[in-house]
Amino acid sequence: MANVLIYAEQAGGTLKKAALPAITAGQALAKAAGGELDLVVIGDGAAKAAEQAKTFGAKTVHVVEGAAFQHYLAEPYAKAIAAAAKASGATWVGSASTAQGKDVMPRVAARLDAGMASDVLSFEGSGADVIVTRPMWAGNVLASVKITSATKVFTARTTEFGQPATGGAGAVNTLAVDAGASKTKFVSFKAVQSARPELTEAKIVVSGGRGTKGDFKPIEGLADELRAAVGASRAVVDAGWQPNDLQVGQTGKVVAPELYIAAGISGAIQHLAGMKGSKVIVAINKDGEAPIFQVADYGLVGDLFKVLPELQEKIKASK
Amino acid sequence: MKILVTVKRVEDPESKIKVKPDGSGIVTEGVNYKMNPFDEIAVEEALRLQAAHKGEVVIVSMGKQDVQTEIRQALAMGADRGIWVKHEGAMDPDGASRLLQKLVEKEKPDLVILGKQAIDDDQNQTGQLLAERLGWGQATFASKEESLESDAEKNKVPGIKITGTNAQVVREVDGGLEVLELTLPAIVTTDLRLNKPRYATLPGIMKAKKKPLEELNPAGLGVDVTPKVAVAKLSPPPARKAGIKVPDVATLFDKLKNEAKVI
Repeated sequence: MANVLIYAEQAGGTLKKAALPAITAGQALAKAAGGELDLVVIGDGAAKAAEQAKTFGAKTVHVVEGAAFQHYLAEPYAKAIAAAAKASGATWVGSASTAQGKDVMPRVAARLDAGMASDVLSFEGSGADVIVTRPMWAGNVLASVKITSATKVFTARTTEFGQPATGGAGAVNTLAVDAGASKTKFVSFKAVQSARPELTEAKIVVSGGRGTKGDFKPIEGLADELRAAVGASRAVVDAGWQPNDLQVGQTGKVVAPELYIAAGISGAIQHLAGMKGSKVIVAINKDGEAPIFQVADYGLVGDLFKVLPELQEKIKASK
Repeated sequence: MKILVTVKRVEDPESKIKVKPDGSGIVTEGVNYKMNPFDEIAVEEALRLQAAHKGEVVIVSMGKQDVQTEIRQALAMGADRGIWVKHEGAMDPDGASRLLQKLVEKEKPDLVILGKQAIDDDQNQTGQLLAERLGWGQATFASKEESLESDAEKNKVPGIKITGTNAQVVREVDGGLEVLELTLPAIVTTDLRLNKPRYATLPGIMKAKKKPLEELNPAGLGVDVTPKVAVAKLSPPPARKAGIKVPDVATLFDKLKNEAKVI
């Protein structure tokens, strides 16, 4: 009987990058709670993804496939994860805090009559007394939280957990799940095309705010020189200058890269919530009083249209 | 059509939130309260759908006496009537969803619109919990393709497209925009770019005072709202070391390369 079940997102037979920190969270939790770790993978390619998943020290990797699970949808996927949780006898059921995890895990919680903690940063305690730490009020408060129901559901913030340990070879188990009739139909997905690294995975992020006035050329130029991801503040996305997928913030993407360069970003509380976990923060802004300078390790008061290209040139020259 | 919208009273997002020294709660002195920003968007969307499809917009809020302010605010924006579920003390999304389930069974709305998350607990669960309890479809993080500067937005066109018993919703997901079609009745949770909420007008505020506001309570609805998630302690986040200002790009480059060693 396993203690922890992690839903590991996969696409086309490969685990998504964000699934790996979730497995790490599961490993940490299983160790703390004193139980074992099971995984569940769902959808087209799940059987192939299971071969990858079973290398992470899981006892069993449950596989759910079938026409009803072809496209991710909350209703059937919640049924699949809950079924895997029951098959595992799991006390703790979790996933990464991705758009998919946030969408589906509360439905899993309702199915299992479980309390749920979203965006968990760490686990404390051991055995039956494990409690979780999660952010509240846009990360201005850290809450130590106890889930009192018998079954406990969570999503884990991927930037807080590293890569999972490998070892062992779990058993792969095909789980038959009746998806039933869904009241939701997938219509279309318009992907944001980018050759740049994904925001939540990149070692360096160059982010632009209102100060760019919509011209992201200096941001992109510097990002490409650094092989960095590009991020944006809410103002930029609201204005339609950049796609929503680039928004860094309390309700957008939370990032914690080695280096975060904020250019033309004032530093609203909601933006800070998404990046103040970065190792090194650089702020470039014309306004020396902008709140962003309070979290910056290095602040430069200046015009980003001059500063960023100059920095880009210096980096290029030093290679 | 009947649309149910939930609104939560939360600390003003611009407030400086500080933890009490003993970790038992946050400092409330000097803190302002307002409607959760995502709930304002939910109310706005409901009003636009009402303008397009006719029907009733019902506002629900749960908590102590003060939440009536937020209900009246939504009524002032144009909603028709309010329901206040009186409750002192802690409530988590699980308890809220079970209360809402009872209200939905009572009111039988075609659509329930909630904010995707409350900016105090940032849990992002209630809409999804409710959808599962009701066996309904859900579309979370509802947005639209047109920007908030577009003509569609200026003309208050709803982002949720309803035809007959179906609703098409655009969602902001990792990697792009997804479109789902829901069979009504269904749950939608709102994201930032679904719309720009209107301000209440003075005539709206006056009218709101006379609109019906029903008072209910968990016991009367047969719901035990004991939280399944209990906050044991609050603490401030780790403080960052104070930074420095650099005078020029040459210095910045030098610091990043030789001091921080990140490039």
